[in-house]
Amino acid sequence: MQANLKVKRYNPDEPQPRVRYQEYSLDVLESFTVLDALIQVRDEVDGTLALRCSCRASICGSCGMRVNGRAKLACKTRIAELAPNGEQLTIEPMGNHPVIKDLVVDIDTFFNQIRRVDPFIQPDSTPTQGEFIASSESMTNLLGVMNCIMCGACVSDCTVLEVDDKFIGPAALAKAYRFVDDPRDDRSSERLKKLNDEHGGIWDCTRCFQCVEVCPKDVAPMDRIMEMRDMAIEAGNRNTPGYRHTESFIRSVRRHGRLDETRLAVDSIGWTNVPGLLREAPVAMKAFTKGKLPPLFPHKAEGNSAIREIVEKAEGGSK
Amino acid sequence: MYEHDLLIIGAGLAGLRAAVEGVRGGADVAVVTKVHPVRSHSNAAQGGINAPLTDRGDDWESHALDTIKGSDYLADQDAVEIMSREAGEAVIELEHMGVIFSRDDEGRLGTRRFGGQKVARTFFVGAITGSALLHVLYEQAIKYGLRVYEEWFVTSLIEEDGVVRGAVALDLRTGELHTIRAKAVIIAAGGAGRVFEPSTNAIICTGDGLALAWRAGAPMMDMEMVQYHPTTLARTGILMSEAARGEGAYLLNKQGDRFMETYAPEYLELASRDVVSRSEQTEINEGRGIDGNVLLDLRHLGRSFIEERLGYLQEVAVEFLGMDLANDPVPIRPGMHYIMGGIKTDVNGRTEAPGLYAAGECANVSVHGANRLGANSLLDTVVFGRRAARHALEYIKSVNGTSRDESQLEADKARLQALLDRPQGIRSAALRREMAEAMTEGIGVFRDQASMERAETAVRRARDQFANVSVQDKGKTFNMDLMFALELDYVIDCAEAICAGALARKESRGAHYRTDITQRDDENWLKHTLVYKTDEGLRVDTSPVAITKWEPVKRVY
Ligand SMILES: Cc1cc2nc3c(=O)[nH]c(=O)nc-3n(C[C@H](O)[C@H](O)[C@H](O)COP(=O)(O)OP(=O)(O)OC[C@H]3O[C@@H](n4cnc5c(N)ncnc54)[C@H](O)[C@@H]3O)c2cc1C
Ligand code: SF4
Ligand code: SF4
Ligand code: FES
Repeated sequence: MQANLKVKRYNPDEPQPRVRYQEYSLDVLESFTVLDALIQVRDEVDGTLALRCSCRASICGSCGMRVNGRAKLACKTRIAELAPNGEQLTIEPMGNHPVIKDLVVDIDTFFNQIRRVDPFIQPDSTPTQGEFIASSESMTNLLGVMNCIMCGACVSDCTVLEVDDKFIGPAALAKAYRFVDDPRDDRSSERLKKLNDEHGGIWDCTRCFQCVEVCPKDVAPMDRIMEMRDMAIEAGNRNTPGYRHTESFIRSVRRHGRLDETRLAVDSIGWTNVPGLLREAPVAMKAFTKGKLPPLFPHKAEGNSAIREIVEKAEGGSK
Repeated sequence: MYEHDLLIIGAGLAGLRAAVEGVRGGADVAVVTKVHPVRSHSNAAQGGINAPLTDRGDDWESHALDTIKGSDYLADQDAVEIMSREAGEAVIELEHMGVIFSRDDEGRLGTRRFGGQKVARTFFVGAITGSALLHVLYEQAIKYGLRVYEEWFVTSLIEEDGVVRGAVALDLRTGELHTIRAKAVIIAAGGAGRVFEPSTNAIICTGDGLALAWRAGAPMMDMEMVQYHPTTLARTGILMSEAARGEGAYLLNKQGDRFMETYAPEYLELASRDVVSRSEQTEINEGRGIDGNVLLDLRHLGRSFIEERLGYLQEVAVEFLGMDLANDPVPIRPGMHYIMGGIKTDVNGRTEAPGLYAAGECANVSVHGANRLGANSLLDTVVFGRRAARHALEYIKSVNGTSRDESQLEADKARLQALLDRPQGIRSAALRREMAEAMTEGIGVFRDQASMERAETAVRRARDQFANVSVQDKGKTFNMDLMFALELDYVIDCAEAICAGALARKESRGAHYRTDITQRDDENWLKHTLVYKTDEGLRVDTSPVAITKWEPVKRVY
């Protein structure tokens, strides 16, 4: 079958480096992945094309890139599925990572985010003999996050990282969960407190769902972040952006039948916290220029009273 | 110019385990790796890691005997004894570092069965054991603030008066060559699967470490011992872990028969890998295969069991074959997977080149002999990675200062420039593929004098043609084309040693099965083959096998 690729190129070694798109047409097998096709280009057509790859089996995490605008593992993306009739596939480097050359991006930022969560187990003591005893369920539960291969796809498409480079990001937060929820770790509450208080922590995710959708390993970072929010509140982190956020959320839904995101942001930071509010200003500006700022005065949602009733019922039920 | 006490080449399990030991020992340690540590090929290991835990009623002698029997009595028994005795501690230590090993109902480490062993002693994390181990060791590297030269490609070792004193490496990001001086060097640069095509190995497994040590005068040992894994997917060679059979999967031929009943009545699908691969190939050759494959059948295990214990295998089947293990048997066949051979070391990782150590897949201690048991390789990396670092820590105490010589750097600059200056020529990818296909054809599951000679001829041609390889990319930044050419040079070195070892061994043993000499010959060949690279060409030698407790007997599964 025929594969038509349009690849974003960039070479910093050129006297005047510039971004350009290059098209390749290839004869490929039905079973070919995007990576197989790119390797064919590199090996047979154009030896200057730079990309990272190694395992070809979706386990090493090297080959993250954007295919038709979404972050994917090239070795796990079959051409026949996306372009059965030779439709053009646009291949670009991942987002939210500086580009070094062609499809090769700088992964330093990604791993610095990982470092921010103290990504190693911290038990107070280890058994003098044998292993830690831990339930099978607790370990199986962690298997989901251990599946993360650090490919960067979630970071590439995270909408918060696009506007706020202080955000720890989905992969690192999923990594944090791996320790917070590990029964062998004795720093869970410190970890939660830090993730709760810190700018860029668990409360800065907007639940846009991108990381869940693009993750090739079903790690579902957003779900882990939400679990950690619950854990943080349960652990008594009340007078924090997070808790206020939730409070304001409920207030907003009760009052307007919908989410007042402007008020939510300000409530979360605290009305009297001027430095905190100022710190958010650049984020708001960036969001504004990208058309992502919510309206200043919320409109009431239709069926408002019904929503209020639901909220009241839910609150009543939980009391 | 950079300088450290201990330089480790490779950030897979062997390299990182050695590094952690070095840092804990208080030395100034650095790791240089051509890919980010978590991209190392160790992450591909699926099935698990063996350890005979005494509190589970197992004992080191039984693991040692299984290993030695699996090796067809070519493993050095003193080395195997060390590995089996230290295994339990090594696995518990990994658990303490944070590995989320699967558990039993009491919350203790759970096991699965693996080939060539009667006891279930393989510890595992779903079907992502290697990845889970590698990521945890990388966490430890972060914890200790380990210095890592990431995406630096080693082009040469530095030798002074016959002693290894560091390495020269290409920073792929900038295209600059640098000298990294050190009092001792541990090579932990992984395997050489790319000598063959297809292979379960990653694109980065180009035998760099083997070739680097070889060029420094250390011999490669038993390189003819190439493992063909019984269950790989056609075309890509992607692996379906032995864990599938360990958990109860069947192998079926065209008629739907469990053909292993004929070849290994006791162990069935869990006989040692060389035995199962030969059985499959016999079925295929005698017309009982399906398009060159046999079938791996997991249907009777049930969907939920498959998804929990073998999730990654299901993912591979769905993604790469469009098949569902709970509904379909999948076509598989023997595929090149591992080289038991490697740089000869003693039980402390020392090579014959002073100042140079080796550990992991590139080394040959030898614990795998003529056939490696599944899940013994991860064990090998952590046990001998740690031992090599411990010994190196002692050794560096006796070394005064580091080298000041820059001649190797200058030589490498000239070598790379010559490659870049060659205006037109052969592409390295095409040359590698041609040679690697000939290697698979000539040094396969079955081999004979003529087939091995054909492989050798192809390798010689590749060596000659290498002089005409050119790179299209003339730039500095991430010049992968240049790196592939340098890797091909290493690949050809390894292929030369494999052919020399294979042609030397005039018997059938383990993975080295000759259809023209089908018997094992303990009288003449209970020996290791050694291949040296010298200025006059290759030199083949032999050395005795260490036999301590277990006299060689005929292998029956
Ligand atoms: C698909 C598959 C499944 C497997 N499953 C199992 C299993 O279940 N159980 C088991 O015990 N074994 C298994 N094995 C074998 C086992 O995974 C490997 O033998 C082992 O992980 C090798 O580890 P290593 O540290 O020696 O090398 P690797 O993990 O391969 O690391 C090599 C390192 O060297 C670096 N390097 C190489 N060349 C250079 C250079 N020129 N310059 C700088 N750095 C360099 C690389 O960047 C890398 O960091 C499996 C192997 C494969 C292929
Ligand atoms: S859900 Fe949260 S973490 Fe995930 S991509 Fe969206 S903002 Fe980022
Ligand atoms: S969470 Fe998923 S997408 Fe993100 S780095 Fe890990 S594997 Fe990749
Ligand atoms: S090449 Fe390893 S994940 Fe794609």
